Amino acid sequence: MRDVAVLGIGQTPVAEHWDSSLRDLAYRALQAALDDARVPVPQMLFVGNMLSGALASQENVGALIADYAGLRGMEAFKIEAACASGAAAARMAWMAVAGGLCDIAVALGVEKMTDGKAEQATAALAYAADAEYEGEHGLSFVALNALMMQRYMHEYGYRHSDFAGFAINSHANATTNPNAMFPSAITAEQFERARPVAAPITLLDSSGIGDGAAAAVFVPLDLATRSPHPVVRVLASASATDTVALHDRRDPLFLEAAHVSAQRAYAMSGTTAEDMDFFELHDAFTIMSALSLEASGYAPRGHGVGMAIDGEITRQGRLPICTLGGLKARGHPVGATGVYQIVEAVQQLRGEAGPNQLAGARLGMAQNIGGSGANVITHILERRN
Amino acid sequence: MAVMRPTLEVGIIGYGAYVPRYRLPASEVNRIWHDGEDAEPITEKAVPGPDEDTVTMSIEAARNALARAAVDPADLGAVWVGSESHPYAVKPTSAIVAEAIGAVPLALGADWQFACKAGTEALQAAVALVGSGMGRYALAIGMDTAQGRPGDALEYTAAAGGAGYIVGAGDESVALLEGSSSRISDMPDFWRRPGAPYPEHAGRFTGDPAYFEHVEAASWGLMQALGYGASDLDYAVFHQPNRRFPQRAALDLGFTREQIAPGMLVDRIGNAYAGSSLLGLSAVLDVARPGQRILHVSFGSGAGSDAFVWHVTERITARRDAAPRTEDYVRRRKEIDYATYARYRGKLQR
Amino acid sequence: MSGPSQWRRRQQRLSLTGEICPQCSARLFPPRDVCPHCGGPARIPYALGGRGTVYSFSRIMSAPEGYEAGAPYYVALVALDEGPLVTAQLTDVDPEAVSIGMPVEMVTRLMKRDGDRGLIDYSFKFRPVLERMAG
Repeated sequence: MRDVAVLGIGQTPVAEHWDSSLRDLAYRALQAALDDARVPVPQMLFVGNMLSGALASQENVGALIADYAGLRGMEAFKIEAACASGAAAARMAWMAVAGGLCDIAVALGVEKMTDGKAEQATAALAYAADAEYEGEHGLSFVALNALMMQRYMHEYGYRHSDFAGFAINSHANATTNPNAMFPSAITAEQFERARPVAAPITLLDSSGIGDGAAAAVFVPLDLATRSPHPVVRVLASASATDTVALHDRRDPLFLEAAHVSAQRAYAMSGTTAEDMDFFELHDAFTIMSALSLEASGYAPRGHGVGMAIDGEITRQGRLPICTLGGLKARGHPVGATGVYQIVEAVQQLRGEAGPNQLAGARLGMAQNIGGSGANVITHILERRN
Repeated sequence: MAVMRPTLEVGIIGYGAYVPRYRLPASEVNRIWHDGEDAEPITEKAVPGPDEDTVTMSIEAARNALARAAVDPADLGAVWVGSESHPYAVKPTSAIVAEAIGAVPLALGADWQFACKAGTEALQAAVALVGSGMGRYALAIGMDTAQGRPGDALEYTAAAGGAGYIVGAGDESVALLEGSSSRISDMPDFWRRPGAPYPEHAGRFTGDPAYFEHVEAASWGLMQALGYGASDLDYAVFHQPNRRFPQRAALDLGFTREQIAPGMLVDRIGNAYAGSSLLGLSAVLDVARPGQRILHVSFGSGAGSDAFVWHVTERITARRDAAPRTEDYVRRRKEIDYATYARYRGKLQR
Repeated sequence: MSGPSQWRRRQQRLSLTGEICPQCSARLFPPRDVCPHCGGPARIPYALGGRGTVYSFSRIMSAPEGYEAGAPYYVALVALDEGPLVTAQLTDVDPEAVSIGMPVEMVTRLMKRDGDRGLIDYSFKFRPVLERMAG
């Protein structure tokens, strides 16, 4: 297996892109990544996307985007793992290069969510759940997270306001990210007053959906050493699954797949949670942040929220998370999110994160969660000297 | 024939009531349509929740009846549901109910329609099926989510609820059938054309000659054939479109207020149409003592009446508590206002 | 829901029929071909009693397309007395009246209507256990 590096990155702002379609967004991110990598033509394209069929009546997006980007004939597929589609595409690109099947593979995450009514998007997002045993009972995707949050609060004695730190941190970090959809700071008071979506989850517990695309170019490490950028190596790529339905889990408050994929990633890279300089986690909802921190070894069970309460997750804290706004405030273009996380991790490791730059960041982790924890993909990236 | 009796002795071996939890006070209808100046025919009526219909309510009543009968649902030879509010015009309520309670696949199933008499008509058929030996047990349900046009007099009373009865052999019964009598005639008192959301009615014509003539003729015929006067019967239950009709029928037939009180639910739940007299009967069975006799009379517009005399057996005391009593449902009460009622009944849609 | 899908799962949805594992006796819902507890095959139908307690709940304010008519409504994870957790709506319950640990019982209710002309979908839901007078 070959060592792999991320040679180029590209992204569009996450926004309501009224003037851009799925293919427009995809092309812009792809071209930006190829320009950044200074390679003209990739060999394989893996498109991370969840909802093109449901919201844009479009499948076969691998071929569609390859053609639209002027890359007709290239090998290209859509990779789908619900909200983890982006990281799944990245993992496929990594596998293709690590396995020696090609030298230049692109992971492109793209999602176009704002063309339809909000109820349509809500219904489509619920496709990430078990359609027959969750969706058909009228559960939205938010509701599944609400079930976890309600039980978590009950089990560990937290109040809703204890989760504010996650949302406040993400919004604070988004204020200086030009690609963020919600670059406005929020206060604890605003957090408490927010409108409920699926109680106890409110609008400010929830990431905002939007349109966006991000891309990363994967190459063998030895090819990357000629790059003008600081070289970012993929130390680990690991993935695991759990039951799709929350009710089938042994313990609905433990993200088993996040735990397994993180442990595999640590083992593969010879690192531990303590080594990470930052963590781009999947803050689709504040409860997910807490559960991801616990499952990935950053906090004991029931203490994930404590990291937000104690300010450990800010850029000045022990483990900065969501350093460019996370899903919450950069925005959550569902199938693209996993690639945004990797792009942002590369920005930090290269020293290109602007006002959000973490001093001396060398090792970072990105974790993308599909469904309510059914498919979890963890990447660990390292800056090379 | 003045009195009908099946070849084999049969009776009720299990019964189960259902009334939804929401109540619309008559004062709300009065407030919205009559400045609060109208005479209110009852105190309040039972309203189904937004996720309830004749299918769901029949399933719960059937489960209660099965719990009391303690028989294997696979032994039910028929599942029959009488209603004027079947959720489908074509697709049997009875098959969905039978599936839900496990009475499939070897059973008869059909939906009965005879205005408010549809439930007792199904009960007559159940008696005939078991009494002829064609089936071991049969389940008859009368259930409705009655419709009343906004502002119409019926809106005060058109209510939801009903009960299911499992008929079986006499020696398994909590109440033996002593006999029944039925009357019908062509009567333009109340009707609903296909596709029309609300029924039409002929005002005071619905009393004399429709209700009283059929109810009293069926009752007299049966009582005379069985040799009973009003004082020989412990309870009388009549179809209850309002307070006044059953009270006058009882008076005309010589019954006291005490004899009809246990089965009179209309003031607290309204007129449950095909479920009305069957709910009254279940309320009586909830309190009756072994050896007591019950006159039970339905009325359906169009028009007709079924009258039954039931003789309560000693098994009633052991079976009664195997399921919730009628009163448990009547007491389960959540008052709603007219706007909520309009939403729950689909008169307001987002 | 399509007609065939409604038909295939009619006993699950109308009467909460699950399975019992012939190897380890675990009660399962929803039914599945492989027992998640012991890994053996599991295909024996088992009628669950329908009693349980609320494990967790949420009140849905923004409903998915097709479920708007009933919103807001409660959904819950119900821990059945036989073991399985089941996802379902709660019904006949007032806002603010739900709590974790609350005893509930299964009822069959209307889930969704496919417009004015399509099929009506019925399914199990749970409600607070009916209060009964002393006998």
